[in-house]
Amino acid sequence: MSENLVLPLSTASARPATSAWQRLAFVLAGVALAVLPLFLLESFHLFQLTMAVIMALAVLGLNIVSGYNGQISLGHGAFFAVGAYVTAILMSHLDWSFWATLAPSAAICGLVGYGVGFPALRLGGLYLALTTFSLAVAVPQILKHKAIEDWTGGVQGLFITKPEPPTWLPLAITADQWMYLVTVGIAAACFLLAWNLIRGRIGRALMATRDHPTAAEAMGMDTATLKTRAFATSAMITGIAGSLSAVAVEFVAPDSFTFGVSITLFVGMVVGGVASILGSLFGGLFVLFVPNIAEAISKAAPGVIYGIILIAFLFILPDGFAGLLRRIAAKLRGR
Amino acid sequence: MTINRRALLTGTAAVLAAPAIAAAQEAPGVTATEIRIGSTNALSGPASSYSVISRCLTAMFKRLNDQGGIAGRQVNFIVYDDSYQPPRTLEQTRRLVEQDKVAFLFNQLGTPTNSAIHRYVNSRKVPHLFLATGADKWAQPKEYPWTIGWQPSYRTEAQIYAKYALEQKPAAKIGLLYQNDDFGKDYVNGVRDILGDRFDAVVKLVSHEATDATIDSQIVTLQSSGCDVLICGIIPRFAAQAIRKVFDIGWKPMMFMTNVSVSGSIVMQPAGVEKGIGLITSDYRKDQSDPSWADDAGMNEWRDFMRRYIPDGELGDNNYTYAYGAGSTMIQVLRQCGTNFSRDNIMKQATNIAPLEIGTLLPGVKVSTGPANYHPIRQMQLQRWDGKSWVRFGGVIEGANV
Repeated sequence: MSENLVLPLSTASARPATSAWQRLAFVLAGVALAVLPLFLLESFHLFQLTMAVIMALAVLGLNIVSGYNGQISLGHGAFFAVGAYVTAILMSHLDWSFWATLAPSAAICGLVGYGVGFPALRLGGLYLALTTFSLAVAVPQILKHKAIEDWTGGVQGLFITKPEPPTWLPLAITADQWMYLVTVGIAAACFLLAWNLIRGRIGRALMATRDHPTAAEAMGMDTATLKTRAFATSAMITGIAGSLSAVAVEFVAPDSFTFGVSITLFVGMVVGGVASILGSLFGGLFVLFVPNIAEAISKAAPGVIYGIILIAFLFILPDGFAGLLRRIAAKLRGR
Repeated sequence: MTINRRALLTGTAAVLAAPAIAAAQEAPGVTATEIRIGSTNALSGPASSYSVISRCLTAMFKRLNDQGGIAGRQVNFIVYDDSYQPPRTLEQTRRLVEQDKVAFLFNQLGTPTNSAIHRYVNSRKVPHLFLATGADKWAQPKEYPWTIGWQPSYRTEAQIYAKYALEQKPAAKIGLLYQNDDFGKDYVNGVRDILGDRFDAVVKLVSHEATDATIDSQIVTLQSSGCDVLICGIIPRFAAQAIRKVFDIGWKPMMFMTNVSVSGSIVMQPAGVEKGIGLITSDYRKDQSDPSWADDAGMNEWRDFMRRYIPDGELGDNNYTYAYGAGSTMIQVLRQCGTNFSRDNIMKQATNIAPLEIGTLLPGVKVSTGPANYHPIRQMQLQRWDGKSWVRFGGVIEGANV
């Protein structure tokens, strides 16, 4: 696996040929692609796409700690839930605006992630996966606990309202369209920051820690700090995704954050491509839309169809969607 | 089903009133040949055993279509999977309303899942009819006029227990053991509805958490406070414990158990079938395993339906009798609509059902709604455990008017 993953980095560094105008063209195309659905899609599809972008952001968070840093987490649904609940509690009990809740949400999730990062130092591989999984199983029950019920709304959950589009916009847009823009904006910022982080010194250190911890330590890297901070950053990004999902759905309840969410994020990461920024985006789209496709094929057993599609994907694209892109790119360059 | 007077009148009125016909043609989800109805259910995931409800409803609409449909229109019943996850329910409901443009939503499954769409459907003014959940929160005609439940709520059930207990023992001291969540609290509310101001003097409240290991100490507390009636709003695991503990300490209260927790194999056998003798619960459906319904006309209608439309269906699964009742109610509402299938009229008819008997419900239990009555089923019959099975006794009892 590691050979596969090192490959893109080396090709990336051996590719200084991309000129400024080419990069600008890429960025413009990306922006156009992100804004286009605003005019093409009806509100329901826009809502779906919003949810897909949110899932992509959550998968990105997971990818940083599991993909790039090699610490397998099956508990990212817990951070997703914490982010969602921080936003929901601040909005419904304290009447904060959505924007104001983002920073506290990210901070709290970061802290929780940092806390989880410490046991992760001692537990490797499968044991870490199980520990984080137990976190994901525990969170819905903790949310129902009597001591915090006044804040979390217990089983009933909390209702919030999505932000209204501001009046200063030149075009009159609906709340759904505004929600999409907000989501895409925040997600784009996070993706950009993550990309910056990964292709720099810290990203290389993260991957070195994953691929050969002893060597990394011998090279003078503080692997303990790296690992805990990777966990914190990862939890922060997933938490922001949780915040966005809370306002997009306008409702949070313990049943929205069962351990299934963690598994969904993990599936998204593997299908999209482990250790790939762009792959996370595809992972988000996959986990949102493929269950619907599965259901359209068979209403009697959508789970079976979903499983078959998943296996087919892993068979055809063993290194995820990102791997396919890499192979295509390599072929084009090789010619 | 025969056409009743109201249906006839509404039908006639609709035919006479040309604007109403125009409205019908413009109504969302309704064309000259089709009525589109949407629903969500857990077709996958841990709650998927409930998916037979959707299966039964789909078959019922197929039977209706085979018989010519409603006002010349075929019913197109669209069910999507939400895996019992609230965010998915919202996604699928928006898909039904905005993309498939259904006329209304019917019998969506689950309390948390319906909670997630409660506000959405009411702000969009989409009828959200006869939900498959026993929570009491669906009956809020003022705040949420577009949402209505179907089965008796836990609160109604508790009202019925309190009514019967007071009738038998006017000076009763009631112990109320409940799980500290929405499910359990519905029982507290129901008993309070009946007792009113006397509640604090008559009732001893004791709660437990779903995470507790045992509820032995709660039982002992209730016994020592001198209660002679015990009402339990607790889930099956604790129900078995409670039945056993009450017996073991030699306490003999008049004991009521929520009908969520009365399964023979899950509750009574683990508790010890002798220890539960005299325990009281309630039901509103005919139990298909009860031999007294072997030749019952209503149950024969249901069995005939099952044989022709769901030949491989498990007849012992009481979700089928549940779904048959909910589906029959829905079809009655559609007939009452005449030819005006606007959302306003559908909601108006759904909240205007004259007492209606349904084959799979106990005799005397009638479905009935009104603009201020959003509890379609408010009657139940008590039944007592005789050591082998549940035996019905007394007449049907109606919940309180609240």
